[in-house]
Amino acid sequence: MCGIFGVMDKRRQMMDGSGIREALSMMNERGSGEGAGYVAYGIYPDYRDCYALHVFFDKACESKAVIDATLEQWGTIEHDEAIPTCDQPNLRVNCTPWRYFFKPDASLAPGSASPEKDIVTNLVMQINASANGAEVVSSGKNVGVFKAGGSRGPGGSGGWPEDVADYYRIQDYEGYIWLAHNRYATNRPELWERPDPFNLHDWSVVENGKTTTYGANRRYVESFGYNCSTGTDSEVIAYLIDLLVRKHGLDISLAIRALAPPYWEEIDRMPEAEQNLNRALRFAYGSATMNGPFTVVAANPDMMVGFTDRGKLRPMVVGECGDRLYIASEEAAIRAMESGVESIARPAAGEPVIGRVAP
Amino acid sequence: MSSNLGSMPLRYRVTIDREQCMECERCIENCSYGVFRRDGDRILINSRKCTACHRCLAYCPRDAIMLEEQPCDYRSHPVWTRAVRESIYNQARTGKIILAGMGSVANLPIIFDHLMLDACQVTTPPTDPLREPVELRTYLGKKPSKLEFRQKPNGDVELSTELTPNLMLETPIMLGHMSYGAISLNAHVAMARAARETGTYMGTGEGGLHPGLYPYQDRMIVQVASGRFGVNVDYLERGAAIELKLGQGAKPGIGGHLTGEKVSADVSRTRMIPQGSDAISPAPHHDIYGIEDLPQLVNSVKEATERKKPVFAKIAAVNNNAENVAAVARSGVDAIAIDGFRGGTGAAPRVFRDHVGIPIEVAISTADQELRNQGLRNEVSLIACGSIRESTDVVKAIALGADAVYIGTAALAAMGCRVCGNCYQGLCPWGIATQRQDLVDRLNPDVASKQIANLIHAWTLEITELMGAAGINSIESLRGNRDRLRGYMLDEGLLDILDVKSVGA
Ligand code: SF4
Ligand code: SF4
Repeated sequence: MCGIFGVMDKRRQMMDGSGIREALSMMNERGSGEGAGYVAYGIYPDYRDCYALHVFFDKACESKAVIDATLEQWGTIEHDEAIPTCDQPNLRVNCTPWRYFFKPDASLAPGSASPEKDIVTNLVMQINASANGAEVVSSGKNVGVFKAGGSRGPGGSGGWPEDVADYYRIQDYEGYIWLAHNRYATNRPELWERPDPFNLHDWSVVENGKTTTYGANRRYVESFGYNCSTGTDSEVIAYLIDLLVRKHGLDISLAIRALAPPYWEEIDRMPEAEQNLNRALRFAYGSATMNGPFTVVAANPDMMVGFTDRGKLRPMVVGECGDRLYIASEEAAIRAMESGVESIARPAAGEPVIGRVAP
Repeated sequence: MSSNLGSMPLRYRVTIDREQCMECERCIENCSYGVFRRDGDRILINSRKCTACHRCLAYCPRDAIMLEEQPCDYRSHPVWTRAVRESIYNQARTGKIILAGMGSVANLPIIFDHLMLDACQVTTPPTDPLREPVELRTYLGKKPSKLEFRQKPNGDVELSTELTPNLMLETPIMLGHMSYGAISLNAHVAMARAARETGTYMGTGEGGLHPGLYPYQDRMIVQVASGRFGVNVDYLERGAAIELKLGQGAKPGIGGHLTGEKVSADVSRTRMIPQGSDAISPAPHHDIYGIEDLPQLVNSVKEATERKKPVFAKIAAVNNNAENVAAVARSGVDAIAIDGFRGGTGAAPRVFRDHVGIPIEVAISTADQELRNQGLRNEVSLIACGSIRESTDVVKAIALGADAVYIGTAALAAMGCRVCGNCYQGLCPWGIATQRQDLVDRLNPDVASKQIANLIHAWTLEITELMGAAGINSIESLRGNRDRLRGYMLDEGLLDILDVKSVGA
């Protein structure tokens, strides 16, 4: 099950996290109280030129020195600090969330079209793959992921959206795009890096669903040097989008089409040029195609998109109100944040939603 | 006296229930090996000639005939098995290489049978193929790894990547290469019609293309093997695709072998060889002595056909399979067929058939992985062949990394073949592996094509159901999706090579 929520202000007007907390809690019926997460764009204006690395340390005293040294090999740490938190009675904390504001040294990736992002990508893969007690959970400029896991039963450690929001004091952050995820746990709830959202520098992803192609998609992205360390769909999806958009230069609408392509029957009926394009996408990206039920909401600093599997086995509701675009699992969540929402739509299967921030 | 060994114990014993028998003589008529003959008022049986082809059993109207395998025991011995001893007696008598037909009889574990498929339960719903589309359409050929676009004057972007020709299959099952000569014209026609009916393709094998198959040439993959039998530009132009046969799973390292008995007048014309002569293809292609020679052959075949047709290469699965595949993928071919060591054959030396090569399951998964490691996976499609026995083998082969499969023996069995393994004798009582006209006439191409088409339809339906149950609605989402397989009682080394987890993991 799971509930997902996304909101974007087209004119970059800021929203604090309290409304998002409300909206996500509205979908508690879709979660199991074992994890939730938030991601917000625009929260670090003072460090807008640095890559903000959110890192979970198992034991900060042991791991931090290693991470410091790794980062310093590849650039400069402008500032770092513990992420401010406030203990919650229902949430058992098992790691220390930390943030670095980091400037990669572009000269260390000569020949790359996007050297800074290549360095950050490699650092994330390297740190997350090794058993160093540290996991990077977000790594973009002016963006941050705040998430926590939990567990139920005797000795359980909670983890409803409100607990997680209050733990990170989400209401203290102001962003112009927010994504949020209310988790229905199916595995290893105690690890905080596992729940959505996932982020790799520009892109953040929340998913409601479970693809049947995780293995195929993972083998595909891993052949391009990405390393999937958590075994979750959203991690692979974030890497797929980064690969298709940044490395292969696809427009986001084509990238979505590659991930959730139309049926051959539909392609056969298209005009020739379109047919060719769609066939080429399926030819080139057959291994990137996601199958099984999913709704994905993804964002980068300039846009928020939502798309479903081509059979639309999971819900996706779109709301609009003034400059705000909402994408959520349930209309009630949108209304919890924006009671006067002007239009509500339920796009058909295979119809992506793409909202762009005004330039 | 040629030997002191006397006769071997009977391999099969045929008996007739005299109570049931009505002396209609259908057994005499049907057995092309001459097991039955009439002597006065009795039908006599010479069991020694029997191959267990089951023709007499199938056509006895009274179910009066019974067949028993190995009715005579040897002293049992775990090392000096019956097979070992009989080979020695045979070779002590003849001094020759033993030829055998059909696939390997070595009693080795079959990996496919130790791979379990996945299905969806609660966290993901299965797809219902009765109510929702499940796409099996498969394109074979080169695919771009990345797309290029150009800006049009009006600001729109358009695709500038040109797609190379691909074969479009409605189902990932093709009919594998068996030559005219090895099998009869009626068998070929039946396969060609079935290929057309089911939206797939068939291989011609290395025997050229008989004019009787011209009407189906758009469904044929014409083969160029080391013997170059029947190859000219007209032949190349007729095919929908061209396959260069570099090796065969049943006999890696040696060439094809057609016994003279099967080289009839018609076969001799189609193959361009003298009637009655053994057609023995050279082990290597005599224009390929190094991998760098292969691109030249690929290019010359492509040039001859104006680059309009995909070119395939077929190789046998051997130890350095991954390296071979990566090398062939760089030669410009559009697809690589990999033939596992259990692959069928009309005739192969027994030692090759049973001892040389590696299983297709391993070969396909190492090939897929190596191509991915080297960034070459989209350069070629992979076709798995060599003992694909049922629809689950197809699904497992694709999950291990194949794009499609070739079936050979299964298609013959759909026409009646009982896998008796005597194809090289040219007396196939089912009209399949023979050129004797009266036997060939037994195979009605209309009926046989329907049977093959039925088999392909049935497998296609089963594949659709299996994919639906796994929540997968297009075949490319199954390809290389090893996560959906689990190994049951496979050792860790093998699981590692297959990149498949153990059951329960
Ligand atoms: S060779 Fe075939 S037809 Fe002849 S007796 Fe044996 S099983 Fe019957
Ligand atoms: S094709 Fe004929 S001869 Fe060959 S195995 Fe089948 S039944 Fe026997």
